[in-house]
Amino acid sequence: MSSPRYWREIPQRYRLEGAKCKGCGKVFFPPRLICPECKSKEFENIQLKKEGKILTYTIIRVPPSRFADQAPYAMGVVELADGVRVLTQIADCDLEKLDIGMKVRVEFRKIYDEGHAGIICYGYKCVPE
Amino acid sequence: MAGIIGYGAYIPRNRIKVEEIAKIWGHDAPSYKKGLMLEEKSVPSPDQDTITMSVEATHYALKRAGINPKKIGAVYVGSESHPYAVKPSGTVLAEAINATPEIHCADFEFACKAGSEAMFVCLGLVQGGMIEYGLAVGADTSQGAPGDALEYSAAAGAAAFIFGKDNVLAEVEHTYSFMTDTPDFWRREYEHYPRHAGRYTGEPAYFKHITGCGKGLLEKSGMKPSDFAFAVFHQPNGKFPMRVGKMLGFDKKQIETGWLCPKLGNTYSGSSPMGLTAILDVAKPEDKIFMVSYGSGAGSDGFIFKITEKIKKVQDMAPKTRDMLDNNKRYLDYGTYAKFRGKIRKAD
Amino acid sequence: MRDVAIIGVGMTKWGELWEKPLRDIFAETALLAIEDAGVDHIDSMYVGCMSSGLFVGQEHLASLLTDYLGVKNIPAARVESACASGGLAVRMGFMEVASGMSDIVLVSGIEKMTDVTTDGATFALATAADQEYEVYNGITFPGLYAMMANAHMHKYGTTREQIAMIAVKNHQHGSMNPLAQFPQKITVENVLNSVLIADPLRILDCSPITDGAAAAILVPLEFAKMHSKKPLVKIIGSGHATDTIALHSRDYITELKATELAGQRAFKMAKKKPEDIDLAEVHDCFTIAELCVIEALGFVEKGKSGKATEDGMTALGGKIPVNTSGGLKSKGHPVGATGVAQVVEIVKQLRGEADKRQVKNAKVGLTQNMGGSGGSTLVHIMEVV
Repeated sequence: MSSPRYWREIPQRYRLEGAKCKGCGKVFFPPRLICPECKSKEFENIQLKKEGKILTYTIIRVPPSRFADQAPYAMGVVELADGVRVLTQIADCDLEKLDIGMKVRVEFRKIYDEGHAGIICYGYKCVPE
Repeated sequence: MAGIIGYGAYIPRNRIKVEEIAKIWGHDAPSYKKGLMLEEKSVPSPDQDTITMSVEATHYALKRAGINPKKIGAVYVGSESHPYAVKPSGTVLAEAINATPEIHCADFEFACKAGSEAMFVCLGLVQGGMIEYGLAVGADTSQGAPGDALEYSAAAGAAAFIFGKDNVLAEVEHTYSFMTDTPDFWRREYEHYPRHAGRYTGEPAYFKHITGCGKGLLEKSGMKPSDFAFAVFHQPNGKFPMRVGKMLGFDKKQIETGWLCPKLGNTYSGSSPMGLTAILDVAKPEDKIFMVSYGSGAGSDGFIFKITEKIKKVQDMAPKTRDMLDNNKRYLDYGTYAKFRGKIRKAD
Repeated sequence: MRDVAIIGVGMTKWGELWEKPLRDIFAETALLAIEDAGVDHIDSMYVGCMSSGLFVGQEHLASLLTDYLGVKNIPAARVESACASGGLAVRMGFMEVASGMSDIVLVSGIEKMTDVTTDGATFALATAADQEYEVYNGITFPGLYAMMANAHMHKYGTTREQIAMIAVKNHQHGSMNPLAQFPQKITVENVLNSVLIADPLRILDCSPITDGAAAAILVPLEFAKMHSKKPLVKIIGSGHATDTIALHSRDYITELKATELAGQRAFKMAKKKPEDIDLAEVHDCFTIAELCVIEALGFVEKGKSGKATEDGMTALGGKIPVNTSGGLKSKGHPVGATGVAQVVEIVKQLRGEADKRQVKNAKVGLTQNMGGSGGSTLVHIMEVV
């Protein structure tokens, strides 16, 4: 993970900073330059709500190598309270109990380390309520 | 008077029982449970570390403090398991709570008292008028060497405190610090596990410094143990804090509320600070709290708090420490625990 | 716009082609297509390739491949749209001939995926998804499609067995394709007992990692009438659409909007409807994808694809055979090549050259090629003239 690439997304990775379109009120995560709905270029910075529910999920059994030790882990498309959808891991959950509609909330977690010597990449995951 | 305006704790959900660890090493579980007064401890998931737990605990502290995080003038994270050797945990925490860039930051270490150390310094800056609010966190995901006695207790958790001058829920009436050079427990750079000097870690280390600090604090404040509703001490196991409390003249009832170790383990820099959060969760206005931490190496920080009316408004605003401790637990077997704690040697 | 015909196609056996470098795999199939077309030169060339840079460290394919095909100095371009790169190459060639800009255009697709480890291939393929908001958090491509599968099963009651039947059907077809990477027949039980990749998808739900190429020669229809002795295949419709890159940004997780739109655009140009299609080659990168695609193309109502597959609607001999080539599942999926290979199969079918896999009275065929989790799609409709 390159340092500039990691650092640039910090407001989104650490704080779930999104943007609310001043034209039509739709919320986007991450923020954009132009609203795809109403084409407005004016946005308001907001922090997304942390409560949500699972719309769909899966359990990754064959992970990318940087997540090798974490498998099996659950991932889900989560709809947060402001209508925004995110794709996150679902941590601290019994994999058998995962279900569509389950209530979750966002927590700050480590996503992965770049081995013993690289930077540590943090971000957001969801945990069952 | 300056003091705590917001507090929060975070405990990972995973637990491992003493029996599970004893089974692997051929130890007698009942004697460890009795000797350490310990049943189980918390275990961080592989995606949790000092920084992630600090962030969650701080979010709770901010809920209770009700302040704009941009006004926090300093962030200090005390730990003996900072994720980086060079690059403060505090920078990530400050970004995560949107407190940057006008903020002072430093990471603290002093074995298990790094958290209380952060509290000590924050308080001083607020009292001195240098900053409006200060954030102090004690958090750890410490490693216990496999098969060693400390493996039973080395646990994970975080406590966060925001200090300020107005809207204080716990005024700090007195502080005291007591420190000597004592090689009871240490970790050299590049070593994975700490080492300790066995029974020497008791009387000349833990007990000497906590009693030294405790007595100094009582003397400086002119108070007696019976003046306090609660007392909390560093909790490396369940037994020591009860014993040292008794030595100082406190009784079991005063110590019980903040006595988390039997179910939590030793959260190192989070130990007495988390005990304090459990007390704050139930304390009443006018209650006085006596707190003495301990960090090997060695030293103790002491605080006397007085609870104000404000406490009633904030206790329910974020999860309570005992609730996090008692509910939503996931028990691990030793293999999973070893995997989670990176104790299994893998190919590079 | 001129009418465009395909007068030559070429494809070699797909698989783990350890001994063959990218340039040779390309040249072999291109030469087969040129021979099949009976042309003595080409005017320009488009190559679809998702990621030669990450797989073999090679970019600038326009220069490399014209050089090694022995046609240096002609204009050429490598086009990319993740797994839809091949279909995109077809469209670019179609537009170049239709516009009158060129007369004989080679369209080709190629991918050489086996020089890197499985992890390297996974990494390269993951570039088709949103790096910061999907891949960063730990998703894989099987994971994305697995989430579609769970959503489809939850919303419509599609069963795990019905999803597995796609793989069974496509292997049944592929067993009759001498160029397929995995021509073995399999059963639903084989699929359901194979190792889990991302719940509920198992290894036999997933298309493989493959080396391979496919090529076709496009010319104006008038030219084809004068030069070709084989049945003429005309491209009557070309549709292209994109959609959000991230699966979680789609309007509906079970619906492939880009496929719907590309399909509608192709049908409009071709002046045809879904009922007019005799057979189709669609993008079964994962079994569930084929279910969602046949719904998006309008071959079957939304939610009914599982039952339709179970009833044999899309098997050889059924109402609209899908993936007679074996699909990505059995034939293989050298990412950039797939879109062109789909066209190769349709052309063979429409010419009556499909041997044991021949669909009777095949007159109108459709190809649907999509990128990533549905972020881009190309649909082409061909008719025998």
